[in-house]
This record gives sequence, C-alpha cells and structure tokens, in this order.
Amino acid sequence: MAALADGQAAVDEAFRANWGRVVAYLIYVTGDWDLAEECAQDAFERAIARWPRDGIPSSPAAWLKTTARNRALDRMRRDTVGEAKLREVAVTGPAARHDDDNDSGIDDDRLRLMFTCCHPALPVEAQVALTLRTLAGLTTPEIARAFLLPQETMAKRLTRAKRKIVEARIPYRVPDAHHLQERLRAVLAVIYALFNEGYGASTGDELIRKELCSEAIRLGRLLAELMPDEPEALGLLSLLLLQDSRRQARIDGEGELVTLANQDRALWDRAGIGEACMLLDRAMRHRRPGPYQLQAGIAACHAQARTSDETDWREIVVLYDRLSEIAPTPVVLLNRAVAVAMADGPAAGLALLVELEQAEVLSGYYLLPATRADLLRRLTRDAEAQTAYRQAHALAPTDAERRFLHRRLSELAPPGDR
Amino acid sequence: MRYAMLVYVDERTDRSEEAVEREFAAFMAFQDEMEARGVLVLRERLRETTLSTTVRVRDDGLVVADGPFAETKEQIAGFYVIECADLDEAIEIASRNPGARSGTIEVRPVWQL
Repeated sequence: MAALADGQAAVDEAFRANWGRVVAYLIYVTGDWDLAEECAQDAFERAIARWPRDGIPSSPAAWLKTTARNRALDRMRRDTVGEAKLREVAVTGPAARHDDDNDSGIDDDRLRLMFTCCHPALPVEAQVALTLRTLAGLTTPEIARAFLLPQETMAKRLTRAKRKIVEARIPYRVPDAHHLQERLRAVLAVIYALFNEGYGASTGDELIRKELCSEAIRLGRLLAELMPDEPEALGLLSLLLLQDSRRQARIDGEGELVTLANQDRALWDRAGIGEACMLLDRAMRHRRPGPYQLQAGIAACHAQARTSDETDWREIVVLYDRLSEIAPTPVVLLNRAVAVAMADGPAAGLALLVELEQAEVLSGYYLLPATRADLLRRLTRDAEAQTAYRQAHALAPTDAERRFLHRRLSELAPPGDR
Repeated sequence: MRYAMLVYVDERTDRSEEAVEREFAAFMAFQDEMEARGVLVLRERLRETTLSTTVRVRDDGLVVADGPFAETKEQIAGFYVIECADLDEAIEIASRNPGARSGTIEVRPVWQL
C-alpha cells in the first residue's frame, strides 16, 4: 500500500516537474500540438498504472519522454499524414539531437515553446493561456478560472491559438538576437502569470502549488541567463524570488492565510531575499526601469523592513507612482491605494478606491471589496466593513481566502451586540 | 509555405509628385530584392479605388455599383504572394515592404492543395 502511495506521489511530482518538458519535446519531434498534449497525457496515465507496480524509474523525465515519443510515433505511423511528418522527423532527426535528460542551458525545448506560445501573431490572452496549458500543464478549467472566463471560451481560445501556430506556420524556435528584445515582454508577462497561478492558486483545494512557482522561477532564471543585460528579465526574477521568500510565512500551522503585516519575518527566506536584492541592484545599474524592476523594488522595501511598522511606505508610494505612470493597470492602482492608506491614512486610500470602483474595471475581483472592508474597519465604520467583507467573501476564489475573510468578519462585533 | 501579403494604404493622402515617385522607386527596389531572393510568386499593383466596381448577385438579380467593397480610410493598393519558410520570414519580408511605413500589411496563409 505504501508503495502504491509512493508511486502516486511520484507521478504527481513527475507531472508537475515534467509536463512542460515532455510536451515541449514532443512538439519539437512531431510538430503537432494536439498530438503532443495527448501523448504526454497518455504517458502520465501509463506512469500512474505502472510506477506503483513496477517501481519508479531512475529518471522519470527520460521515462516519460521516451514513453510519450513512442506513443506519438505509433500514432503517426497509423495515419498517412503522420507518415509524411514521420519521414520529416527522420530526416531532420531532432530525436537524435536530444539527449533525453538534457535540461540545461539555453537550448531548452521549454524556452523554445515559451517563445512560440508568446508569439506576437497570437492574441495576448491566448499567449498566457497556451503557456499555462502546454508548459505548466494546467487544465483548461483551471486556466478559465484564473482568467474569470467560462471554460468553453478558454477552450476555444486555446484551440484557435494552436490552429494558428500550425496553419500560419509560426516557427518553433527562440527568436534570433535581433528580435529577442521585442519578443521578451510577452514572455515576461507569461512567466509572471505562471508564478501567480502557483502563488495565488485559483483552485480552492490547494493554496500553494509550489511546483508551479518553481517552474516560473526556473524559467525566469533561464531567461535571466539568456538575457543577462535585460534589466526587466532580472527584475522579474528578483520579484519572483522576493514573493517566493515569504512562502513559509504566508500560511500558518492551520493552513490559514497570514497577511504581510502579521507574518513571522523570521520565516522569510533570507537567502532568497539576498539573491533577489542582488539581482535588482544588477538590473537597476542598467538605468532602464520597467514594471518588473519597480514591483521588485516595492517587494524589496517590504523584505528589508525588520518589522511591519518599519516599512517605508513613503518609498513604496513613490515606487507605485512611477509604476502607475508606465503600467496603470487596475491591480496596480488598487495596490497603490493600499500603500497610500498606509502612508497617509485609511481615508486617503478609501478616496482612491472610490475612483477605482466608479471606473468598474475591477468588478468581480474580490480584493477590491476586501480592501475596502479593511480600510473601513480601520476607520471603525464596522457596519459598512461587514457589508464589504461579505461581498469579498462571495467573490473569493479559494477556501483559504474565504476563511480569512470570514475570520475578519467575525472579529467585527455584530451590530446587535453594541 | 505561401502567404498573401496585402498592402493597405491611405489612398486619400495628398502627396507631392516627388513623394509619389520616391515611393514608387522604393516599391520597385523592394520587388527587385524579393525577386533576387527568390521568394516572390506573384505581385500586382492595383489602380485607385475610384476605378473600382462591386458586383453582387442576390435573389432579385445582379447588383452592380460604383466603388470599393468598403469605404474605409485604408484600401488595398496591391498584393503579393510570397513563398517562404515560416511566419517569421513572412513578417520580416512584410516589414521591408515600403507600404508598412505608411499603411498596414496583412499577411495571410494561402490554401495549398
């Protein structure tokens, strides 16, 4: 029984660590995106059936790639279209080039896959969705939830994007140095979305999908290595490491969310923070600020404060001001309102929040009423705060977030008790 | 892989004769370059849309009218069919088309049997 459980755990682990690797490799070998996904799925199903019985292979990645490739070659032999492709594969011989366990350096199929997924000929929303599906192995319903969209809409978006890649022949490669710059922005956005998907987790059952964050950090590292003179690539990696450094402190012993102000800062990963600050310094020496460097700067302000009270909110507001000049997204404006509330008091923050609510760009986003509730609570406008907490509770995407909001709500005495 | 390259430009801009000639020379240079590179399959330059006629056949018969399909600011001024490796090469070729500077180039795969 223990072996069975180990086998299952090993498959789960292998899935998180290797899905993108297997899919990227299969697309390289077959050029067929759907076939690649299906055969990767097959390989993982076979692993579920075999590993608990036969034992876990010494290299799960190599086992999965070989199993999936054999499955793909079988299926391609069976149809005539596949036969032609197969000859192509045999001629160009990508399988021969591939060392099954080679996951080092720039020649990484996942990076190739990432640049293809993030090709500017695809709509931006499709770029992110496709990367989450093919590289991170998120299911279509998970991606749909992450973007607050119906599952059917997301499925169509993915199908259309894959069809365009094949039919319009978007190449499967890392762009040459000349075009790398312009293609980078989308890749950065996708890696960040990938990290957030793992950090915030849109599904209620598991708050932190560590592997997803690790995958984003891994891709971030790879990108920073590939483009060492690109400050935004360094800035993004710095930002991811800073957020990741708080992982242990974000959740308490009971699995409940802990806000930044209440976190035990001794649990923060000092090594991660140190590396992130070094990366940020390196990035800033280029004197080409960008949204990721500024966000990393904000995160670094928090990381460097020994206690919550020592946080330099003035500096954070300055950074948010600059960030909202170059990237005035609704979420940035919301966070700026929070920072202003800390620097100048909750009433000032609330005034900015009202502007955001009137713009109606964040309707449906639970952090808007949750923030309003928090500011109202601090202004001791309890009845209004309760209403806002209830609104936030109804919109919150995960159990942990709902429980957190419920706790806050019950801390406010019900009006009848006064 | 074959792509159609449709060149949309604003034909209403009033330009000096000199500017028109400069642009014409730029288009000729572009075409020579494409031919030398061996990617050009077909090219046609279209006359102005004031010479266009639209034709429709509906239930009540033939409808012929003066003018282009749609009265938009940018109109198709010409088209090319190119043969190249992939979309990135097609985009690169389109970016060298002089029409890309003043107008828009639409790159669309061509059905191949």
